[in-house]
Amino acid sequence: MSLVVRNLSVDHGAIRAINNLSFIVEKRRLTAVIGANGAGKSTLLRTLSGLIPASEGKASWGEHNLLKGKAELHVRNGVSHVSEGKSVIPELTVEENLDLGALWRKNKKEADATKKYVLELFPRLGERLKQRGDTLSGGERQMLAIGRALMSKPQLLLLDEPSLGLAPLVVEQIFQTIRDIANTSDLTVLLVEQNAMGALKIADIGVVLNLGNIVAIGPSADLIADPAIRAAYLGY
Amino acid sequence: MEKLISASLIGLSQGAIFALMALALVLVFRSTRVVNFAQAGQAMVSTYIGWEVVTRTDNYWIALPAAALAGALLAAIIETFLMRPLAKRASHGAIAPVASIIASLGVLGVLHSGAAMIWTTEQKLFQSPVSVNGIEIGSTVYPFSQADMLIISTVIIVMLIFAFFFQRTSLGLSLRAAAFQPEISRLAGVRVDRVRTIGWALSGAAGAIVGVLVTPGSYLSPFSLDILLVYGFVAAVIGGLESPQGAALGGLILGMSLSFTSIYVSSGLTFIVPFVVLLLILIVKPKGIFGGGNSRNA
Repeated sequence: MSLVVRNLSVDHGAIRAINNLSFIVEKRRLTAVIGANGAGKSTLLRTLSGLIPASEGKASWGEHNLLKGKAELHVRNGVSHVSEGKSVIPELTVEENLDLGALWRKNKKEADATKKYVLELFPRLGERLKQRGDTLSGGERQMLAIGRALMSKPQLLLLDEPSLGLAPLVVEQIFQTIRDIANTSDLTVLLVEQNAMGALKIADIGVVLNLGNIVAIGPSADLIADPAIRAAYLGY
Repeated sequence: MEKLISASLIGLSQGAIFALMALALVLVFRSTRVVNFAQAGQAMVSTYIGWEVVTRTDNYWIALPAAALAGALLAAIIETFLMRPLAKRASHGAIAPVASIIASLGVLGVLHSGAAMIWTTEQKLFQSPVSVNGIEIGSTVYPFSQADMLIISTVIIVMLIFAFFFQRTSLGLSLRAAAFQPEISRLAGVRVDRVRTIGWALSGAAGAIVGVLVTPGSYLSPFSLDILLVYGFVAAVIGGLESPQGAALGGLILGMSLSFTSIYVSSGLTFIVPFVVLLLILIVKPKGIFGGGNSRNA
Protein backbone atom coordinates (compact mmCIF):
# COMPACT_ATOMS: atom_id res chain seq x y z
CA MET A 1 0.00 0.00 0.00
CA SER A 2 1.20 3.46 -0.79
CA LEU A 3 -0.26 6.87 -1.46
CA VAL A 4 0.29 7.70 -5.09
CA VAL A 5 -0.40 11.21 -6.38
CA ARG A 6 0.18 11.72 -10.06
CA ASN A 7 -0.16 14.97 -12.04
CA LEU A 8 -2.75 16.24 -9.61
CA SER A 9 -4.25 19.67 -10.26
CA VAL A 10 -7.00 21.37 -8.28
CA ASP A 11 -8.71 24.65 -9.11
CA HIS A 12 -10.60 27.04 -6.87
CA GLY A 13 -12.70 28.76 -9.51
CA ALA A 14 -10.22 30.50 -11.80
CA ILE A 15 -7.29 30.03 -9.43
CA ARG A 16 -5.09 26.96 -9.71
CA ALA A 17 -4.44 25.93 -6.11
CA ILE A 18 -2.46 22.80 -6.91
CA ASN A 19 -0.50 22.43 -10.11
CA ASN A 20 0.52 19.10 -11.60
CA LEU A 21 1.62 17.56 -8.32
CA SER A 22 3.26 14.13 -8.26
CA PHE A 23 4.65 12.23 -5.28
CA ILE A 24 4.51 8.89 -3.57
CA VAL A 25 4.23 8.21 0.15
CA GLU A 26 5.38 4.72 1.06
CA LYS A 27 3.53 2.72 3.67
CA ARG A 28 4.41 3.47 7.32
CA ARG A 29 6.27 6.63 6.39
CA LEU A 30 5.58 9.96 8.01
CA THR A 31 5.65 12.61 5.33
CA ALA A 32 5.51 16.33 6.04
CA VAL A 33 4.22 18.76 3.44
CA ILE A 34 5.47 22.24 4.26
CA GLY A 35 5.09 25.62 2.64
CA ALA A 36 3.75 29.09 3.24
CA ASN A 37 0.12 30.11 3.53
CA GLY A 38 -1.61 29.61 0.20
CA ALA A 39 0.87 27.01 -1.00
CA GLY A 40 -1.99 24.56 -1.52
CA LYS A 41 -1.32 22.34 1.48
CA SER A 42 -4.85 22.23 2.86
CA THR A 43 -6.26 21.93 -0.65
CA LEU A 44 -4.10 18.85 -1.19
CA LEU A 45 -5.48 17.13 1.91
CA ARG A 46 -9.06 18.18 1.21
CA THR A 47 -8.76 16.71 -2.26
CA LEU A 48 -7.27 13.45 -1.01
CA SER A 49 -10.04 13.00 1.57
CA GLY A 50 -12.80 13.64 -0.96
CA LEU A 51 -14.01 17.00 0.35
CA ILE A 52 -13.24 18.86 -2.88
CA PRO A 53 -12.95 17.60 -6.46
CA ALA A 54 -9.72 17.50 -8.43
CA SER A 55 -9.48 19.04 -11.88
CA GLU A 56 -6.91 16.68 -13.32
CA GLY A 57 -4.64 13.83 -12.38
CA LYS A 58 -4.78 10.76 -10.21
CA ALA A 59 -4.55 9.96 -6.54
CA SER A 60 -4.88 6.56 -4.96
CA TRP A 61 -4.35 4.77 -1.69
CA GLY A 62 -3.57 1.14 -2.51
CA GLU A 63 -6.29 0.14 -4.91
CA HIS A 64 -8.67 2.90 -3.81
CA ASN A 65 -9.10 5.82 -6.16
CA LEU A 66 -9.17 8.84 -3.86
CA LEU A 67 -10.64 11.13 -6.49
CA LYS A 68 -13.82 9.11 -6.70
CA GLY A 69 -16.59 9.00 -4.13
CA LYS A 70 -17.48 11.11 -1.13
CA ALA A 71 -15.43 11.81 1.98
CA GLU A 72 -17.73 9.68 4.14
CA LEU A 73 -16.79 6.67 2.01
CA HIS A 74 -13.05 7.38 1.94
CA VAL A 75 -12.91 6.89 5.69
CA ARG A 76 -14.31 3.39 5.17
CA ASN A 77 -11.37 2.68 2.87
CA GLY A 78 -8.85 3.53 5.56
CA VAL A 79 -8.29 7.25 4.98
CA SER A 80 -8.84 9.53 7.99
CA HIS A 81 -8.53 13.29 7.74
CA VAL A 82 -8.13 15.70 10.66
CA SER A 83 -9.08 18.99 9.07
CA GLU A 84 -7.57 22.34 9.93
CA GLY A 85 -8.39 24.03 13.21
CA LYS A 86 -8.95 21.36 15.88
CA SER A 87 -11.65 19.47 14.12
CA VAL A 88 -13.87 18.44 16.98
CA ILE A 89 -17.56 19.14 17.45
CA PRO A 90 -17.73 21.54 20.42
CA GLU A 91 -21.37 20.78 21.28
CA LEU A 92 -20.73 17.07 21.69
CA THR A 93 -18.99 15.47 24.64
CA VAL A 94 -15.46 14.12 24.35
CA GLU A 95 -16.80 10.57 24.29
CA GLU A 96 -19.39 11.39 21.62
CA ASN A 97 -16.68 12.98 19.48
CA LEU A 98 -14.64 9.81 19.75
CA ASP A 99 -17.59 7.50 19.13
CA LEU A 100 -18.49 9.50 16.04
CA GLY A 101 -15.35 8.27 14.30
CA ALA A 102 -16.38 4.65 14.74
CA LEU A 103 -20.15 4.82 14.15
CA TRP A 104 -19.78 3.32 10.69
CA ARG A 105 -17.78 0.36 11.95
CA LYS A 106 -19.84 -2.82 12.06
CA ASN A 107 -17.68 -4.66 14.57
CA LYS A 108 -18.40 -2.90 17.85
CA LYS A 109 -15.93 -5.08 19.79
CA GLU A 110 -13.10 -3.89 17.56
CA ALA A 111 -14.32 -0.32 17.87
CA ASP A 112 -14.23 -0.65 21.67
CA ALA A 113 -10.69 -1.96 21.44
CA THR A 114 -9.72 1.05 19.32
CA LYS A 115 -11.28 3.35 21.89
CA LYS A 116 -9.22 1.73 24.61
CA TYR A 117 -6.10 2.25 22.51
CA VAL A 118 -6.97 5.92 21.87
CA LEU A 119 -7.60 6.56 25.57
CA GLU A 120 -4.27 4.94 26.45
CA LEU A 121 -2.64 7.23 23.92
CA PHE A 122 -4.45 10.29 25.32
CA PRO A 123 -5.22 9.61 29.00
CA ARG A 124 -6.33 13.25 29.42
CA LEU A 125 -9.30 12.54 27.17
CA GLY A 126 -10.25 9.59 29.37
CA GLU A 127 -10.54 11.93 32.35
CA ARG A 128 -12.84 14.22 30.41
CA LEU A 129 -15.13 11.79 28.58
CA LYS A 130 -18.40 13.41 29.70
CA GLN A 131 -17.23 17.02 29.21
CA ARG A 132 -18.29 19.02 26.18
CA GLY A 133 -15.68 19.50 23.46
CA ASP A 134 -15.61 23.24 24.00
CA THR A 135 -14.44 22.88 27.60
CA LEU A 136 -11.11 21.44 26.45
CA SER A 137 -7.86 23.35 26.02
CA GLY A 138 -6.45 23.84 22.53
CA GLY A 139 -4.00 20.99 22.92
CA GLU A 140 -6.65 18.64 24.29
CA ARG A 141 -8.93 19.50 21.40
CA GLN A 142 -6.21 18.61 18.94
CA MET A 143 -5.70 15.30 20.77
CA LEU A 144 -9.44 14.70 20.55
CA ALA A 145 -9.42 15.47 16.83
CA ILE A 146 -6.59 13.01 16.25
CA GLY A 147 -8.27 10.51 18.57
CA ARG A 148 -11.50 10.76 16.59
CA ALA A 149 -9.59 10.11 13.36
CA LEU A 150 -7.88 7.08 14.92
CA MET A 151 -11.30 5.73 15.98
CA SER A 152 -11.92 5.02 12.30
CA LYS A 153 -8.90 2.70 12.37
CA PRO A 154 -7.21 4.39 9.44
CA GLN A 155 -4.29 3.14 7.41
CA LEU A 156 -3.58 6.60 6.04
CA LEU A 157 -3.85 9.56 8.39
CA LEU A 158 -4.06 13.06 6.90
CA LEU A 159 -3.25 15.79 9.42
CA ASP A 160 -3.88 19.43 8.58
CA GLU A 161 -1.87 21.89 10.71
CA PRO A 162 -2.13 20.16 14.08
CA SER A 163 0.12 22.86 15.60
CA LEU A 164 -2.15 25.74 14.58
CA GLY A 165 -2.84 28.16 17.41
CA LEU A 166 -1.13 26.07 20.09
CA ALA A 167 1.49 27.17 22.62
CA PRO A 168 5.06 26.11 21.71
CA LEU A 169 5.27 23.55 24.49
CA VAL A 170 1.97 21.98 23.45
CA VAL A 171 3.08 21.97 19.81
CA GLU A 172 6.13 19.95 20.79
CA GLN A 173 3.92 17.47 22.64
CA ILE A 174 1.55 17.07 19.70
CA PHE A 175 4.42 16.52 17.26
CA GLN A 176 5.99 13.98 19.60
CA THR A 177 2.65 12.17 19.89
CA ILE A 178 2.30 12.04 16.12
CA ARG A 179 5.80 10.57 15.83
CA ASP A 180 4.96 8.03 18.56
CA ILE A 181 1.77 6.98 16.81
CA ALA A 182 3.68 6.51 13.56
CA ASN A 183 6.37 4.49 15.33
CA THR A 184 4.03 2.18 17.17
CA SER A 185 1.49 1.45 14.45
CA ASP A 186 1.18 0.58 10.78
CA LEU A 187 -0.07 4.07 10.01
CA THR A 188 1.07 6.07 7.05
CA VAL A 189 0.91 9.77 7.91
CA LEU A 190 0.71 12.77 5.64
CA LEU A 191 1.23 15.86 7.77
CA VAL A 192 0.68 19.35 6.43
CA GLU A 193 2.34 22.15 8.41
CA GLN A 194 3.27 25.79 8.39
CA ASN A 195 5.55 25.03 11.32
CA ALA A 196 8.11 23.68 8.85
CA MET A 197 10.94 22.98 11.26
CA GLY A 198 8.77 21.16 13.78
CA ALA A 199 7.21 19.03 11.08
CA LEU A 200 10.46 18.18 9.29
CA LYS A 201 12.08 17.17 12.56
CA ILE A 202 9.59 14.36 13.11
CA ALA A 203 9.05 13.42 9.46
CA ASP A 204 10.81 10.79 7.39
CA ILE A 205 10.16 12.56 4.12
CA GLY A 206 9.58 16.24 3.42
CA VAL A 207 7.70 17.84 0.54
CA VAL A 208 8.06 21.59 0.02
CA LEU A 209 5.16 23.26 -1.73
CA ASN A 210 5.09 26.74 -3.18
CA LEU A 211 2.08 28.20 -4.99
CA GLY A 212 0.76 24.75 -5.82
CA ASN A 213 4.07 23.39 -7.12
CA ILE A 214 6.58 21.03 -5.54
CA VAL A 215 9.82 22.90 -4.94
CA ALA A 216 11.72 20.16 -3.16
CA ILE A 217 11.14 16.59 -2.02
CA GLY A 218 13.40 14.23 -0.12
CA PRO A 219 14.41 12.80 3.23
CA SER A 220 13.55 15.46 5.77
CA ALA A 221 17.07 15.43 7.24
CA ASP A 222 18.41 16.41 3.81
CA LEU A 223 15.88 19.21 3.52
CA ILE A 224 16.81 20.55 6.94
CA ALA A 225 20.47 20.50 5.87
CA ASP A 226 19.83 22.24 2.54
CA PRO A 227 20.88 25.92 2.84
CA ALA A 228 18.36 27.13 0.24
CA ILE A 229 15.45 25.41 2.01
CA ARG A 230 16.70 26.65 5.36
CA ALA A 231 16.77 30.22 4.14
CA ALA A 232 13.41 30.14 2.39
CA TYR A 233 11.31 27.94 4.69
CA LEU A 234 13.01 27.34 7.99
CA GLY A 235 13.83 30.95 8.72
CA TYR A 236 17.56 30.79 9.29
CA MET B 1 -58.38 29.13 42.11
CA GLU B 2 -60.56 27.48 39.48
CA LYS B 3 -59.40 30.10 37.03
CA LEU B 4 -55.79 29.39 37.85
CA ILE B 5 -56.22 25.63 37.41
CA SER B 6 -58.10 26.09 34.15
CA ALA B 7 -55.54 28.51 32.76
CA SER B 8 -52.65 26.20 33.68
CA LEU B 9 -54.28 23.08 32.24
CA ILE B 10 -55.26 24.73 28.97
CA GLY B 11 -51.85 26.34 28.77
CA LEU B 12 -50.26 22.94 29.20
CA SER B 13 -52.38 21.35 26.49
CA GLN B 14 -51.88 24.18 24.00
CA GLY B 15 -48.23 24.44 24.95
CA ALA B 16 -47.72 20.74 24.22
CA ILE B 17 -49.09 21.21 20.70
CA PHE B 18 -46.96 24.29 20.05
CA ALA B 19 -43.92 22.51 21.49
CA LEU B 20 -44.26 19.55 19.13
CA MET B 21 -44.82 21.82 16.15
CA ALA B 22 -41.78 23.85 17.19
CA LEU B 23 -39.76 20.66 17.51
CA ALA B 24 -40.72 19.72 13.95
CA LEU B 25 -39.48 23.10 12.69
CA VAL B 26 -36.31 22.95 14.80
CA LEU B 27 -35.40 19.46 13.55
CA VAL B 28 -35.44 20.70 9.97
CA PHE B 29 -33.80 24.04 10.68
CA ARG B 30 -30.88 22.75 12.65
CA SER B 31 -30.02 19.98 10.24
CA THR B 32 -30.53 21.78 6.93
CA ARG B 33 -30.95 25.50 7.78
CA VAL B 34 -34.33 25.51 6.07
CA VAL B 35 -37.14 27.56 7.60
CA ASN B 36 -39.84 25.16 6.51
CA PHE B 37 -43.13 26.94 5.82
CA ALA B 38 -44.43 23.76 4.23
CA GLN B 39 -44.53 22.13 7.66
CA ALA B 40 -48.18 23.15 8.17
CA GLY B 41 -49.09 21.72 4.77
CA GLN B 42 -47.21 18.50 5.41
CA ALA B 43 -48.99 18.12 8.75
CA MET B 44 -52.31 18.83 7.03
CA VAL B 45 -51.81 16.20 4.30
CA SER B 46 -50.68 13.67 6.92
CA THR B 47 -53.76 14.46 8.99
CA TYR B 48 -55.97 13.79 5.93
CA ILE B 49 -54.24 10.40 5.66
CA GLY B 50 -55.02 9.87 9.34
CA TRP B 51 -58.63 10.94 8.68
CA GLU B 52 -58.89 8.44 5.80
CA VAL B 53 -57.66 5.69 8.08
CA VAL B 54 -59.92 6.64 10.96
CA THR B 55 -63.04 6.83 8.76
CA ARG B 56 -62.26 3.37 7.35
CA THR B 57 -61.07 1.54 10.44
CA ASP B 58 -62.77 3.63 13.10
CA ASN B 59 -59.57 3.22 15.05
CA TYR B 60 -57.65 6.33 16.11
CA TRP B 61 -54.73 4.25 17.35
CA ILE B 62 -54.07 3.00 13.82
CA ALA B 63 -54.63 6.45 12.33
CA LEU B 64 -52.01 8.13 14.54
CA PRO B 65 -49.02 5.99 13.48
CA ALA B 66 -50.30 5.86 9.89
CA ALA B 67 -50.34 9.66 9.74
CA ALA B 68 -46.90 9.83 11.36
CA LEU B 69 -45.55 7.42 8.76
CA ALA B 70 -47.15 9.39 5.92
CA GLY B 71 -45.70 12.60 7.36
CA ALA B 72 -42.24 11.06 7.57
CA LEU B 73 -42.43 9.80 3.99
CA LEU B 74 -43.70 13.10 2.60
CA ALA B 75 -40.94 15.03 4.38
CA ALA B 76 -38.27 12.61 3.15
CA ILE B 77 -39.53 13.05 -0.42
CA ILE B 78 -39.49 16.86 -0.16
CA GLU B 79 -35.95 16.81 1.25
CA THR B 80 -34.56 14.32 -1.23
CA PHE B 81 -36.11 15.58 -4.43
CA LEU B 82 -36.43 19.30 -3.78
CA MET B 83 -34.42 20.71 -0.88
CA ARG B 84 -31.20 18.73 -1.40
CA PRO B 85 -30.81 19.49 -5.13
CA LEU B 86 -31.84 23.07 -4.41
CA ALA B 87 -29.17 23.49 -1.72
CA LYS B 88 -26.55 22.26 -4.21
CA ARG B 89 -27.70 24.31 -7.17
CA ALA B 90 -28.74 27.56 -5.50
CA SER B 91 -25.74 27.76 -3.19
CA HIS B 92 -24.30 31.01 -4.55
CA GLY B 93 -25.47 34.55 -5.07
CA ALA B 94 -28.38 36.55 -3.77
CA ILE B 95 -30.79 33.64 -4.04
CA ALA B 96 -28.81 31.32 -1.75
CA PRO B 97 -30.18 32.41 1.65
CA VAL B 98 -33.80 32.64 0.50
CA ALA B 99 -34.08 29.85 -2.07
CA SER B 100 -35.16 27.21 0.43
CA ILE B 101 -37.65 29.54 2.15
CA ILE B 102 -39.32 30.40 -1.15
CA ALA B 103 -39.30 26.76 -2.16
CA SER B 104 -40.97 25.79 1.12
CA LEU B 105 -43.68 28.40 0.51
CA GLY B 106 -44.13 26.88 -2.93
CA VAL B 107 -44.49 23.42 -1.42
CA LEU B 108 -47.08 24.80 1.02
CA GLY B 109 -49.06 26.15 -1.92
CA VAL B 110 -48.84 22.86 -3.79
CA LEU B 111 -49.96 20.92 -0.71
CA HIS B 112 -52.88 23.34 -0.13
CA SER B 113 -54.20 23.06 -3.65
CA GLY B 114 -53.38 19.36 -3.93
CA ALA B 115 -55.39 18.66 -0.77
CA ALA B 116 -58.23 20.82 -2.02
CA MET B 117 -58.31 18.82 -5.27
CA ILE B 118 -58.28 15.45 -3.53
CA TRP B 119 -60.42 16.14 -0.46
CA THR B 120 -62.17 19.39 -1.52
CA THR B 121 -62.20 22.44 0.74
CA GLU B 122 -65.24 21.13 2.56
CA GLN B 123 -64.52 20.70 6.26
CA LYS B 124 -64.20 17.11 7.44
CA LEU B 125 -65.13 16.05 10.93
CA PHE B 126 -62.33 14.14 12.62
CA GLN B 127 -63.78 11.93 15.36
CA SER B 128 -61.97 12.10 18.67
CA PRO B 129 -61.22 8.80 20.40
CA VAL B 130 -61.98 10.39 23.77
CA SER B 131 -64.38 12.98 25.12
CA VAL B 132 -63.76 16.57 24.06
CA ASN B 133 -66.09 17.95 26.72
CA GLY B 134 -64.80 19.73 29.78
CA ILE B 135 -64.09 17.60 32.81
CA GLU B 136 -66.58 18.02 35.63
CA ILE B 137 -65.33 18.01 39.18
CA GLY B 138 -68.06 18.62 41.76
CA SER B 139 -70.19 21.38 40.34
CA THR B 140 -67.49 23.07 38.26
CA VAL B 141 -66.81 22.23 34.65
CA TYR B 142 -63.18 22.81 33.72
CA PRO B 143 -62.43 23.82 30.12
CA PHE B 144 -60.10 20.85 29.96
CA SER B 145 -61.07 17.54 28.39
CA GLN B 146 -59.87 14.00 28.07
CA ALA B 147 -58.71 15.00 24.61
CA ASP B 148 -56.43 17.57 26.24
CA MET B 149 -55.03 14.89 28.50
CA LEU B 150 -54.45 12.72 25.45
CA ILE B 151 -52.57 15.59 23.80
CA ILE B 152 -50.36 16.24 26.81
CA SER B 153 -49.51 12.60 27.43
CA THR B 154 -48.86 11.82 23.76
CA VAL B 155 -46.61 14.85 23.35
CA ILE B 156 -44.67 13.95 26.49
CA ILE B 157 -44.21 10.37 25.24
CA VAL B 158 -43.15 11.54 21.77
CA MET B 159 -40.69 14.06 23.26
CA LEU B 160 -39.19 11.38 25.51
CA ILE B 161 -38.79 9.03 22.55
CA PHE B 162 -37.07 11.79 20.58
CA ALA B 163 -34.81 12.66 23.52
CA PHE B 164 -33.84 9.02 23.96
CA PHE B 165 -33.23 8.63 20.25
CA PHE B 166 -31.03 11.71 19.98
CA GLN B 167 -29.05 11.24 23.19
CA ARG B 168 -28.71 7.48 23.43
CA THR B 169 -28.55 5.97 19.95
CA SER B 170 -25.83 5.94 17.31
CA LEU B 171 -28.15 7.32 14.66
CA GLY B 172 -29.16 10.10 17.05
CA LEU B 173 -25.50 10.97 17.54
CA SER B 174 -24.99 11.08 13.76
CA LEU B 175 -27.97 13.43 13.43
CA ARG B 176 -26.67 15.81 16.07
CA ALA B 177 -23.13 15.74 14.69
CA ALA B 178 -24.28 16.33 11.11
CA ALA B 179 -26.44 19.22 12.27
CA PHE B 180 -23.56 20.97 14.03
CA GLN B 181 -20.57 20.21 11.81
CA PRO B 182 -21.43 18.51 8.52
CA GLU B 183 -17.85 18.51 7.26
CA ILE B 184 -16.29 16.98 10.36
CA SER B 185 -19.14 14.46 10.42
CA ARG B 186 -18.39 13.50 6.82
CA LEU B 187 -14.73 13.01 7.66
CA ALA B 188 -15.78 10.80 10.55
CA GLY B 189 -17.78 8.65 8.14
CA VAL B 190 -21.31 9.94 8.74
CA ARG B 191 -23.42 9.76 5.58
CA VAL B 192 -24.63 13.31 5.99
CA ASP B 193 -27.15 13.33 3.13
CA ARG B 194 -28.86 10.22 4.42
CA VAL B 195 -28.87 11.51 7.97
CA ARG B 196 -30.46 14.80 6.85
CA THR B 197 -33.26 12.92 5.14
CA ILE B 198 -33.87 11.06 8.39
CA GLY B 199 -33.99 14.40 10.23
CA TRP B 200 -36.64 15.65 7.84
CA ALA B 201 -38.59 12.42 8.18
CA LEU B 202 -38.63 12.72 11.97
CA SER B 203 -39.78 16.29 11.65
CA GLY B 204 -42.54 15.25 9.25
CA ALA B 205 -43.69 12.58 11.69
CA ALA B 206 -43.75 15.10 14.57
CA GLY B 207 -45.82 17.53 12.47
CA ALA B 208 -48.23 14.76 11.52
CA ILE B 209 -48.72 13.81 15.16
CA VAL B 210 -49.51 17.48 15.90
CA GLY B 211 -52.23 17.43 13.22
CA VAL B 212 -53.78 14.19 14.39
CA LEU B 213 -53.74 15.36 18.02
CA VAL B 214 -55.14 18.82 17.51
CA THR B 215 -57.79 18.12 14.85
CA PRO B 216 -60.14 15.62 16.61
CA GLY B 217 -63.19 17.30 17.98
CA SER B 218 -62.91 20.00 15.34
CA TYR B 219 -62.79 20.14 11.57
CA LEU B 220 -60.09 19.43 9.04
CA SER B 221 -59.62 21.56 5.93
CA PRO B 222 -56.63 22.27 3.68
CA PHE B 223 -55.96 25.44 5.69
CA SER B 224 -56.97 24.37 9.18
CA LEU B 225 -53.42 23.79 10.46
CA ASP B 226 -51.80 26.92 9.00
CA ILE B 227 -52.18 28.92 12.21
CA LEU B 228 -50.06 26.31 14.00
CA LEU B 229 -47.16 27.31 11.78
CA VAL B 230 -47.23 30.77 13.37
CA TYR B 231 -47.43 29.41 16.91
CA GLY B 232 -44.82 26.78 16.15
CA PHE B 233 -42.39 29.39 14.80
CA VAL B 234 -42.90 31.68 17.76
CA ALA B 235 -42.26 28.78 20.14
CA ALA B 236 -39.20 27.70 18.13
CA VAL B 237 -37.76 31.23 18.13
CA ILE B 238 -38.32 31.56 21.88
CA GLY B 239 -36.27 28.40 22.26
CA GLY B 240 -33.51 29.59 19.96
CA LEU B 241 -34.53 27.75 16.74
CA GLU B 242 -31.86 25.10 17.20
CA SER B 243 -32.58 23.39 20.46
CA PRO B 244 -35.20 20.63 20.96
CA GLN B 245 -35.31 21.47 24.67
CA GLY B 246 -35.78 25.11 23.72
CA ALA B 247 -38.67 24.16 21.44
CA ALA B 248 -40.38 22.34 24.31
CA LEU B 249 -39.90 25.25 26.68
CA GLY B 250 -40.88 27.80 24.01
CA GLY B 251 -44.11 25.91 23.36
CA LEU B 252 -44.92 25.83 27.04
CA ILE B 253 -44.21 29.54 27.52
CA LEU B 254 -46.39 30.42 24.53
CA GLY B 255 -49.22 28.10 25.58
CA MET B 256 -49.25 29.52 29.08
CA SER B 257 -49.13 33.14 27.92
CA LEU B 258 -52.06 32.50 25.60
CA SER B 259 -54.24 30.73 28.13
CA PHE B 260 -53.52 33.15 30.98
CA THR B 261 -54.18 36.16 28.76
CA SER B 262 -57.44 34.75 27.45
CA ILE B 263 -58.71 33.72 30.90
CA TYR B 264 -57.44 36.64 33.00
CA VAL B 265 -57.52 39.47 30.47
CA SER B 266 -59.58 38.92 27.36
CA SER B 267 -59.98 36.12 24.87
CA GLY B 268 -59.94 38.79 22.17
CA LEU B 269 -56.21 39.21 22.73
CA THR B 270 -55.23 35.67 21.79
CA PHE B 271 -54.19 36.63 18.27
CA ILE B 272 -51.93 39.39 19.51
CA VAL B 273 -50.20 37.51 22.30
CA PRO B 274 -47.91 35.31 20.20
CA PHE B 275 -46.64 38.33 18.30
CA VAL B 276 -46.08 40.34 21.46
CA VAL B 277 -44.16 37.41 22.95
CA LEU B 278 -42.19 37.03 19.71
CA LEU B 279 -41.28 40.72 19.53
CA LEU B 280 -40.26 40.76 23.19
CA ILE B 281 -37.98 37.77 22.67
CA LEU B 282 -36.50 39.20 19.47
CA ILE B 283 -35.72 42.51 21.15
CA VAL B 284 -34.62 41.28 24.57
CA LYS B 285 -32.95 37.98 23.70
CA PRO B 286 -32.86 37.58 19.93
CA LYS B 287 -30.98 34.29 20.06
CA GLY B 288 -33.74 32.74 22.13
CA ILE B 289 -33.54 31.16 25.53
CA PHE B 290 -31.45 28.18 24.44
CA GLY B 291 -29.91 29.78 21.38
CA GLY B 292 -26.63 31.23 20.35
CA GLY B 293 -23.03 30.24 19.89
CA ASN B 294 -21.48 28.09 22.53
CA SER B 295 -24.61 27.69 24.56
CA ARG B 296 -26.44 25.74 21.92
CA ASN B 297 -27.52 22.35 23.11
CA ALA B 298 -26.57 19.05 21.67
